[in-house]
Amino acid sequence: MAYPSSIKIVRVPCTGKVDVIHILHAFEKGADGVYAVGCLEGECHFNQGNFRARKRIAQAQQILEELGIGGQRAQMYNLSSSEGPRFAEYAIEMDQRIRDLGPNPIKRMRRSQHSQKGLHP
Amino acid sequence: MIVADKKPIAEIIAAVGDKRRLLVLGCNECVTVCEAGGKKEAGILASALRLYFLNQGEEAKVDEITLERQCDHEYLEEIRDVIDRYDAVISLACGVGVQFTAEKYQAMPVLPGVNTCFMGATEKRGLWTERCQGCGQCILARTGGICPVSRCAKRLFNGPCGGSSKGACEIDKEVDCAWQLIIDRLTALGRMDDYEEIFPIKDWSTDRAGGPRKVVREDVQS
Amino acid sequence: MNTAKTPSKLEKILAAGHLAVTSECGPPRGSDPDAIARKAELIKNHVDAINVTDNQTSVTRLCSLAACIRLKLLGLEPVLQMVTRDRNRIALQSDILGAASFDIHNILCLSGDHQRFGDCAQGQNVHDIDSMQLVQTVRRMRDESKFLGGDQIKRPPRMFVGAAANPFADPFEIRAARLAKKVKAGAEFIQTQCIYNLDKFETWMAQIRDRGLHEQVYILAGLTPLKSAGMARYMANRVPGMDVPEAVVQRMAKTPKEKQAEEGIAICIESIERLKKVEGVKGFHVMAIEWEEKVPEIIEKTGLYPRPAV
Repeated sequence: MAYPSSIKIVRVPCTGKVDVIHILHAFEKGADGVYAVGCLEGECHFNQGNFRARKRIAQAQQILEELGIGGQRAQMYNLSSSEGPRFAEYAIEMDQRIRDLGPNPIKRMRRSQHSQKGLHP
Repeated sequence: MIVADKKPIAEIIAAVGDKRRLLVLGCNECVTVCEAGGKKEAGILASALRLYFLNQGEEAKVDEITLERQCDHEYLEEIRDVIDRYDAVISLACGVGVQFTAEKYQAMPVLPGVNTCFMGATEKRGLWTERCQGCGQCILARTGGICPVSRCAKRLFNGPCGGSSKGACEIDKEVDCAWQLIIDRLTALGRMDDYEEIFPIKDWSTDRAGGPRKVVREDVQS
Repeated sequence: MNTAKTPSKLEKILAAGHLAVTSECGPPRGSDPDAIARKAELIKNHVDAINVTDNQTSVTRLCSLAACIRLKLLGLEPVLQMVTRDRNRIALQSDILGAASFDIHNILCLSGDHQRFGDCAQGQNVHDIDSMQLVQTVRRMRDESKFLGGDQIKRPPRMFVGAAANPFADPFEIRAARLAKKVKAGAEFIQTQCIYNLDKFETWMAQIRDRGLHEQVYILAGLTPLKSAGMARYMANRVPGMDVPEAVVQRMAKTPKEKQAEEGIAICIESIERLKKVEGVKGFHVMAIEWEEKVPEIIEKTGLYPRPAV
């Protein structure tokens, strides 16, 4: 199944393993968007993991929004492990969302810093 | 335990002002249990602050350390060798820890990262409610284990007042009427005769009103 | 219960075996010295004593003490309402002496509505002592001439001490026990929350009588005439500790709008007539807030006018 090359996959045994700090660290390192793809709700292989992930994504969204980075850059998706086409669909959707939002604003700031040599608060 | 709640990030950022070498100092006790200032929350706040400064195009150094407690000298000493690397500390401990840290490191601005709220219990994860106000003269034996000082909005000793409605306090349907709870408990314990005794006027001198308090135990002092 | 212990006119009337009538006036939200006098003027010949509320509903108003002094200086009989919400024991004792210095002889001890309901929701509340302990305090100041701290009081207050009772608040099962406590604390008269559910009130009175409390304290039944169906519904739904039966709300609602005020007065009059027959009811406390001009009509139509002289 083809999905945009902008997507970098990090495999976890369950989205329940993803915590708020992982999402924030990704943005610190320059990610433009982060999304978690977990099992369908009610079908988590580890019971509640995907519910936890959803809440953590929501917490990260709130923080990112407050910081002016953009809460929409973090998202939660659910599908069944057999749904290959849907995986691609989500990837395309997320890719488009991030393209519309533009790159992570911290990168713009970093670039402008580089081009303004000697200017430092 | 002491229950605290996270301060809004915007408020912390405003307090930080122009400081750019920050230490986020978490605490492994009460604030960990109420998920406001433990290792996890310290990591998240530090990361959020770094993202904030990056987004502002500003250089900043934001580190995080979590101490066992911030209300004991021994644990606060653990950061003595590194504290000079920073120009402000954001302490996520309760108000006690923030102050103790500030007292120990007098030349260092120590900012609070949480709002300390009350002494309470975990009713369930994500819900902490008040149980004690530290009046200094515990009367729980007389009220069936329910405290009117902390749980009655008017801290009545001979309640309930006329605003008690269906077991709820007049201030909020979600708040239990403490005196309804006390009456239910005394009834269950077969002690309603106690209810008819008039509770005498409280000595508030051991409460906040009497001034900053202390407990001294010479038998354990060295 | 037959000899008055204080110079209180209200006490004398009750001691003589008459049905007493009291009403209330709310002070202004400003310093107009005549506002309370104007309200009192409307009712003064139809009542034995006038309660002055104390920052009722936590809305800041001219203080009860000052308004009581004004009424006293006009030759009227005030009842100083005092809540424990706003003052510590020092201020409470101090204000009691202030009232006593003007020979104000009646006090009603209350907790007070939580400040959340008023105009200073962010303020502290005091509640150094509660309303029951305040009753004890006034009695001690009067009967032992002693401050709470133990020192002697020069020219102690001579006050007739009252407390409030709400037969309709929860939990209902302890409302009689609570009244017993207030009597034990030293309450000499009771003014109840306004009554719309007469059945429930009569049930409460039966419990009171079972304990013999009706002979230890003068109970004045509270009444507030309804101005409109809207008011009935508001009281039924939005006021904690208020019991307005659906039948009463419906009766008001079914009345055409222009006749609702009249209907409200009629209900009030009917209630008084029924309550007169309830053993232990020793008088009526008619609270016609911002409708003081209707009090004379109610008192006259229930045969309670003219007021006895003592």
